[in-house]
Amino acid sequence: MSAGSEAGPRPALGSWRLRLPATLLVGAAIVVTWLLIAAFGPAFVAHDPIAVDLAHALLRPSADHLLGTDSYGRDVLTRLMYGARTDLQMAFFGVAGPFIIGTIVGLLAGNFGGIPDAVLMRILDVTVSFPYFVLVIAIVAVLEPGLTSYYISLTLVNWVSYARLVRSEVIVLRQADFVLAARTIGIGEIRVMSHHLLPNAISPSVVFVFTDAVLTIVLGSSLGFLGLGVQPPAAEWGVMIAEGQLYLATAWWIAVFPGIAISLLALGFSLVADGLAKLLHTAP
Amino acid sequence: MDRFAFVLRRPLQLVPVLFGISLVTFVLVQLMPGDPVRIMLGPRASADAIAAVRARYGLDQPVLLQYGYYLLNVLRADFGRSLAYRAPVLDVILARLVPTICLLAYGLVMSVAFTVALAVAAARRPGAWVDQMVRLFCVAGLGLPSFWLGLMLIMLFSLRLKLFPVSGFGESPVDVLWHLFLPALTIAIAVTPILTRNLRATLAAQSTADYAVAGRSKGLSENYVFFRHVFPNSLLPTISLLGIVVSFLIGGTVVVETVFNVPGMGQLMVRAVLLRDYFIVQGVTLFFAVGVVLTSFVVDIITVALDPRVKL
Repeated sequence: MSAGSEAGPRPALGSWRLRLPATLLVGAAIVVTWLLIAAFGPAFVAHDPIAVDLAHALLRPSADHLLGTDSYGRDVLTRLMYGARTDLQMAFFGVAGPFIIGTIVGLLAGNFGGIPDAVLMRILDVTVSFPYFVLVIAIVAVLEPGLTSYYISLTLVNWVSYARLVRSEVIVLRQADFVLAARTIGIGEIRVMSHHLLPNAISPSVVFVFTDAVLTIVLGSSLGFLGLGVQPPAAEWGVMIAEGQLYLATAWWIAVFPGIAISLLALGFSLVADGLAKLLHTAP
Repeated sequence: MDRFAFVLRRPLQLVPVLFGISLVTFVLVQLMPGDPVRIMLGPRASADAIAAVRARYGLDQPVLLQYGYYLLNVLRADFGRSLAYRAPVLDVILARLVPTICLLAYGLVMSVAFTVALAVAAARRPGAWVDQMVRLFCVAGLGLPSFWLGLMLIMLFSLRLKLFPVSGFGESPVDVLWHLFLPALTIAIAVTPILTRNLRATLAAQSTADYAVAGRSKGLSENYVFFRHVFPNSLLPTISLLGIVVSFLIGGTVVVETVFNVPGMGQLMVRAVLLRDYFIVQGVTLFFAVGVVLTSFVVDIITVALDPRVKL
């Protein structure tokens, strides 16, 4: 793959009739598999994800408990499947808020410029000065540990990423011939933004959505691990790893399997991002 | 030397950003539930003591004036008191500065070493199996949770092979290098994919640039062209990425210091959040943000020093 092959006109969303990149297909397959596990997996297991059963604590993986049991006697596989629900939900809601708000703000600021745009750029300067993770934790600290605080915190911090991406595209596009033509024939400003600018400006954000999902899952499970996110005894992969931390030497399966689950789901989203970047001709 | 005039000018441009940072950290504590003075002094504080602290931090004033007081206090290096540690926030933070800086520097050195090795190996033969493996690592590495990776390294190297200590910081410099090896490795593995992807892409692009082709057509060896011409020309984009990477590394220390029980600022922050020690949270956040701003400034200076064409 030489560097020049990625140049070329960028197709608008919905206008491609290209061969799909392999990474996109593999990534999508992984994500869909996790969605199916989260949706239907719990129906196939006989164990409870929360109920304590100390008689069966710390059992090795076996036919009865395919991935073993934890220190409370809960089936690791069962908790893993329920955890998939939590972590997928985290990826969705953690990304949706910033994506929607950031896109709208970026579109408006890029199209109209002026003082709102200057204010946006200053907010951007300040936000990128904070280590992302540190700012998210600080906001969660002020609210209270938990999933809702995590969503609020992510939305407050991360909309700027999308605003920046959309804005930088719109600034170029608003001078493009097809946009000037649309304005000339009297199409309203709102319609120009929604039907002419947005479809052409959104590709980098759509790619970033999937990279962002990776960061959101890793960050969310890190918060769960640190005790600042989803609270035990709820089944969440980071929480499960925290519970297994004490048993690394004796019952490795408690901490190992949820970590593999996070890595696999994140890999799925990463591959989708990689494939989409190729498909939409945006830089990875 | 007027290329370096920005070294004097830039700090002035940073003032608005620093204002913004202070505003955000100020608002953080404004938003917290409960009375900050009660939190600072504890439940048994006398009414007089509370009134004195209120006056000192301007908390009996309107919000805008409170911000003014906050700024003044920050400029006087007064970040409030920690309830949990019963000491000024500044003292608590300074006591934990060294481990974090050691970990950051160690992690950065490792990341750079890994990045150069992987990116060069990949870019020498684009599309070959080495390149594919490096690419896979870059895609997969982004989603490896540091806290889990750290635990796996502890399990393998500390508990099974007994090569490294499970936790702590160490006393002598050699001891510190030994103690921080696994923590630094953990954050390096988290950051290397970002840097490698960037450097590999630049190296591959520069390998086909006119000057490289000209060098080869003169009969220069591939090694000579690559290491004398292509490599130095490819470093700048990756160096300018370092500011972002340090910000990412700092985020990594929060998790990694907790996993490896390194007595640094990241671990301090997590504990402070759990203890609701808000002024520590505020202080650490401010320190980290100012650290990132200063790093970007240094990176700018390095960029200008390395490339005569760059003007800032």
